[in-house]
Amino acid sequence: MTSKLISAATCAALALVLTTATTPAKAAGESLKPPSQYWSFSGPFGRYDQAQLRRGFQVFREVCASCHGLKYIAFRNLGEPGGLEFTEDEVKAIAAEYTVQDGPNADGEMFERPAKPADRWPPPFENDVVGALANNGVAPPDASLLAKARAAERGFPSFVIDMFTTHQEAGVDYIYALLTGYEDEPPEGVEIADGLSYNPYFLGGNAIAMVPPLFDEAVEYEDGTAPTIDNYARDVAAFMMWAAEPKLEQRKFIGVWAFLYLAILGALLYLIKKKIWRRVGH
Amino acid sequence: MLGQTPYQPKTWIGRWLEKRLPVISLVVDQFVSFPTPKTLNYWWTFGMVLSVMLIIQLITGIVLAMHYTPHASMAFDSIEHIMRDVQYGWLIRYMHANGASFFFLALFIHMFRCLYYGSYKAPREVLWWFGVLILLTMMTTGFTGYVLPWGQMSYWAATVITNLFSAIPEYGDEIVIWLLGGYSVDNPTLVRFYSLHYLLPMIIAALVAIHVWALHVVGSNNPTGIEPKSLDETVPFTPYATMKDIFVVAVFLLLFAWFLFFQPNYLGHPDNYIPADPLKTPPHIVPEWYFLPFYAILRAVPDKLGGVVAMFASILVLFLLPWLDWSRVRSGTFRPLFRLFFWILVADCILLGWLGAKPAEGIYVEIAQFATIYYFAHFLLVLPLLGLFDRPKRLPESITAAVATLDEKKAAAAEQAALERVMRAQDAEDRAKAGDTATAEETAKADDAAKPEPAAEAPAAGEPPGAEPAAATEDASDVQREKAAGERGSAAGAPDKKD
Ligand code: HEC
Ligand code: HEM
Repeated sequence: MTSKLISAATCAALALVLTTATTPAKAAGESLKPPSQYWSFSGPFGRYDQAQLRRGFQVFREVCASCHGLKYIAFRNLGEPGGLEFTEDEVKAIAAEYTVQDGPNADGEMFERPAKPADRWPPPFENDVVGALANNGVAPPDASLLAKARAAERGFPSFVIDMFTTHQEAGVDYIYALLTGYEDEPPEGVEIADGLSYNPYFLGGNAIAMVPPLFDEAVEYEDGTAPTIDNYARDVAAFMMWAAEPKLEQRKFIGVWAFLYLAILGALLYLIKKKIWRRVGH
Repeated sequence: MLGQTPYQPKTWIGRWLEKRLPVISLVVDQFVSFPTPKTLNYWWTFGMVLSVMLIIQLITGIVLAMHYTPHASMAFDSIEHIMRDVQYGWLIRYMHANGASFFFLALFIHMFRCLYYGSYKAPREVLWWFGVLILLTMMTTGFTGYVLPWGQMSYWAATVITNLFSAIPEYGDEIVIWLLGGYSVDNPTLVRFYSLHYLLPMIIAALVAIHVWALHVVGSNNPTGIEPKSLDETVPFTPYATMKDIFVVAVFLLLFAWFLFFQPNYLGHPDNYIPADPLKTPPHIVPEWYFLPFYAILRAVPDKLGGVVAMFASILVLFLLPWLDWSRVRSGTFRPLFRLFFWILVADCILLGWLGAKPAEGIYVEIAQFATIYYFAHFLLVLPLLGLFDRPKRLPESITAAVATLDEKKAAAAEQAALERVMRAQDAEDRAKAGDTATAEETAKADDAAKPEPAAEAPAAGEPPGAEPAAATEDASDVQREKAAGERGSAAGAPDKKD
C-alpha cells in the first residue's frame, strides 16, 4: 500500500520535473499571451484542412511572399500528400510563374529561367541586408519554420495540461495573434520608433518592423470564405504550420497505430508476466 | 552472488565452442539462469528501459549521421533536409531528440531508486560509481548533441557552457580557446563536438558493460535491502525478470510514443528552429530540461568559479555517497526518518529544476541558493547524521521473513484469495469429473493453491509448456530451474503472489 502511494507520488513528482522544467523563462513585463485558437491539425487525430492550406498559400503568395522567403519548400512539395496536394500540372504551372537563377551555361554565364517543380522557392531579397534596408532595418525572417520557432509562453497551468492534450500550436496561435493584433496607436507612455508598428503580441518587444501586412479584402478568395483579416490570418498561419511540419499528417497517422500497437502489446505482456509470476510463491 | 551451477553445453558443437570461447555459458549464466531476488519491484525494471533507450539512441544516431552535415553553414539545413526529404527522416530525428529526454528520465528514476533503497552501499560501491560515470558521460553526450542542429539554443548553450571554463584561474581563457578551436563558438567547435558526440555513446556502451559486469558480481539489491540467503529467495532472471522488464519497456515506449508522435517539439525549445546567429543573443538561454537542476546550482553561486565548482560537485558528491550514508541498514523501507529526507531531496531537485528554467533574478536567486545549500546539506550533513539518529525498524532475518512480516494485510488478502481459489477449484473439479479435459490443468493448479505448503508442487502444472522461450531451447537450465522451483515451493509461505 505505502509502496503504491510512494510510486504514485514519485511518478507525479517526476512528471512535475518534466513539466516545470520546460517552462520557458519569463522576462519582466512583456508581450501579451496569444489566446488558443481552434486548429484542424491539433491533437492526435489532427489533419490539415486542405482548402484552408490552399487559401493560406494564396494569402502567402499574394501578400507575405514579397517580404518573406520560404527556402525549405520546393514547388514539388505543394503536390505532396498530407498537404496542399496540387496536381502535377498545377504544380508545374505555379512553378512556372517564378524565375530562378541557374547556370553557368555553356558560355559561362548565369541566367534566369522559369522555375521547375524541383526548384526551391526563390528568395524575395538578394540578401538580408537588402531585406533589412527595405523593411525598417530588420530583414524579414524566412517563413518556412516560423510556426515552430517562436517561444510564445503558455504559462502555468496550460503547459502542464498541454502535455495531456498534445498542444503543439503555440506557434500558430502566436502568428494569428500577431497578424490580428496590430494597434494603430501605442498606449500612452509607450514610445515607438519611426517606421515601427505597435503590436502587443510581438515577442521582440511590442515594436515590430513589419508594417501591418493584412487588411480586409486584400485577397480575393475563390471559395466564398469571407475576405477578412481574421480569415486571412488563420489561413496563412495554418499554411505556415504546414510549411514547418509537412510530415505532420504522416506522423500522426503512424502515431495512432504505433500507440495502439504498444498499448495492446503492453497489455499482453502484462498478462504473460502475471501468468509466469503466478508460479512464484513468496 | 549466490552460487549457481554453471551451464554446460549439451551439444557437441556447443561444447566445442565452449572450450574456445565460453560465450554460450556466459549468456545463459548471466542473462537466463542468473538468480535475481524475487522481491524486486517495478523500480528495478529501469535498467532494461535504459538499455533499450541506449540502443534506440545508437541506431537513430547512426542513421542521422548518414544524412547530417557537420558544418556551421550547412548543419541547420541538413537537419531540415532530414526532416523533409529523407524517407522517415522526421521519425528518426524526432526519435533521437525525444529519445535523449526519455533516456534521462529513465536514468533519473533509476538513480533515485538507488538512493531510496541504498543500492550504493557495500558491496555495490563500484557498481554505483560506474553509474555516476555513465551519468557524466551522458550529460556530455547530450550537451554535444544539442549543439549539432546549430540553432540559436545550440549555439548559445555551447557559448555559455564552454565559457564556464574561463573561470579556471590563470589558464581559463587559454583553455576556452583550446576547447572551442577559436575565439568563439564556430565551425571548429561544431566539428569537434560532432566527433565527440559520435565517440561518447560508444564509451557509454562500454561503461554500461562494466556496470552490468559489476552488477553480476554482487547481484541485485532488493526492496528489503537484505541479501538473498539461498536460491529459494531468488528466481532465474529469465523468464521472471525479463518478462517484467519487457512489460515495463512497452509501457515506457508508450509514453515515449505519446511525445514522439503527437508533440515531438514539446520538450525542445522553439528558438532552436532559428538558425544560429552569433550576433543575436536570445533573451533567455535555457538548457534542455534534464540539465536544469544543475544549471540552477551553477547560477545560484554568485561567484563564477564557485558556481562551476558547485555544479560539478553536485555530481561528484555522489561518488562519496556510500560512505556519507554509513547506516548499516540499507533499504529506506526500514528507515522512516531517512525516507522522509529522501522525499525532501526529491522535492528539492524538482525545485532546482524549476528554478533552472527561471531567469536568474530577484527572489529566484535566493530560492536557488537555499535549494542548492539544501542539496549539499542532504549529502554532507543529513545522511551522516541520520546514521546516528535514525531509529530503523527491526530488520527481518531474511527476505523470506521480510515478505512474511512486511505487510500482514497483504497476507490476509492473499488468504482470502486462496480461499476463493479453493472454491473455484472445487467447481473446476466438478467440471473435470463431468469429462471436461480442458480444465485438467486448472484443477491441478487449484490443487496446489489449496494446500498452503505445496511441497510437492508438480512442475507440469506449475510450468505451462511453451510459456518459457529459453526453456524450450536450453534444456539444462530448464532442469536447473525446475529444481529451483521445487525448492522454492517448499520455502514459500502463504500462497501469495506479488508482482
Ligand atoms: C513589407 C514586408 C512584409 C510583409 C508583406 C510581411 N512581413 Fe512579416 N515581417 C516583416 C519584417 C520586416 C519582419 C521582422 C519584424 C521584426 O523583427 O521587427 C517580419 C516578421 C514576421 C513574423 C515574425 C515575428 C516575430 O515574432 O519575430 C511573422 C510570423 C510574420 N512576419 C508573418 C507574416 C505574414 C503571415 C505575412 C503575410 C500575411 C507577412 N509577415 C507579411 C516584413 C513583412
Ligand atoms: C547516449 C546516447 C545519446 C544521447 C543521449 C544523444 C543525445 C543527442 C541530443 C540531445 C541531440 C540533439 C537533438 C536535436 O535537438 O536534434 C542529438 C543529436 C544528434 N546525435 Fe545524438 N545522442 C546519443 C547517441 C548518438 C549516437 C550514437 C550518434 C551517432 C553515432 C548520434 C548522432 C547524432 C546526430 C548526427 C545528431 C544531430 C542530428 C539532430 O540534431 O537531430 N547520437 N543527440
